[in-house]
Amino acid sequence: MKFGVVRFPGSNCELDCYETLTRVFGKNAVHLWHKEHDLQGADCIFLPGGFSYGDYLRAGAMASLSPIITEVVSFAKKGGLVIGICNGFQILTECGLLPGALIRNENLRFICKPQRLKVLNAGTSFTNKYQKDQVIDVPIAHGEGNYIIEDEKLEGLFEKEQVVFQYCDSDGNTNASTCPNGSMRSIAGIINKNGNVLGMMPHPERVCDSLIGGEDGRPFFESIIHSLS
Amino acid sequence: MNVNNSRVLVKLKKNILDPQGSAIKKELDSLGYEGIKDVRMGKIFDVTFEEGIAPTKKEEILKEISDRLLSNPVTEDYIVE
Repeated sequence: MKFGVVRFPGSNCELDCYETLTRVFGKNAVHLWHKEHDLQGADCIFLPGGFSYGDYLRAGAMASLSPIITEVVSFAKKGGLVIGICNGFQILTECGLLPGALIRNENLRFICKPQRLKVLNAGTSFTNKYQKDQVIDVPIAHGEGNYIIEDEKLEGLFEKEQVVFQYCDSDGNTNASTCPNGSMRSIAGIINKNGNVLGMMPHPERVCDSLIGGEDGRPFFESIIHSLS
Repeated sequence: MNVNNSRVLVKLKKNILDPQGSAIKKELDSLGYEGIKDVRMGKIFDVTFEEGIAPTKKEEILKEISDRLLSNPVTEDYIVE
């Protein structure tokens, strides 16, 4: 089992992903440079958080056309597991692997704080070690995490169980007051129809060791490892 | 405008909230400007072509780059000038 962690100029969470995979879970992982065309035989690809290409034009827009992403898109179309966290989520919407878009937070602020999430779909390759409706603590850190999608497609996302995580409070309530960034229906993370591509704004890689503030991200990685085993 | 210069205007679709435009509107209100109902923010791309590119080719390129990179079709509309 081998993981590939993509690195763009401006990525800043690729080491968190890499260290989590290698040191916390003892897995083999490699960094993949944005100019490369070779996924180096990885079984699962992580697009990490950060500010790829300085967030120029739109967050994730430039990265979505980079050489490595053309390979990631064909890998995903063959059913390979792809995870985009934060900036990685923005890249996945920009390159069309996931529907919708992420625009500026409603309050125009960069929001960096612990956040409660509800696991809406615990039957995915990325969440099978959580319970449905489980409330978890995973930090967020973004300026453009306001998820929007065409009105006519919004209901379809819920009906097809593509909404995986929602922002909520400690009781699992999801409404405008418990949503930090203005996202439609408090959407924090979604999967594609085939269930092999996931994008989320929160950072599970930051909460896999109690020493640095929590372990609620561990089941996320355990789910992926379980799916690949 | 020089024949080699083109302009692409990209703006948020009408039904998309524009937090930056709203903030600018509020600021204008607080500066005391009256009668402004709404402000929406967009982007301008001034594209300069090399000499000798056929007008139809330029049109084709402008449409393609607007669709592919300059705008996000989910959130934005564009106009080529």
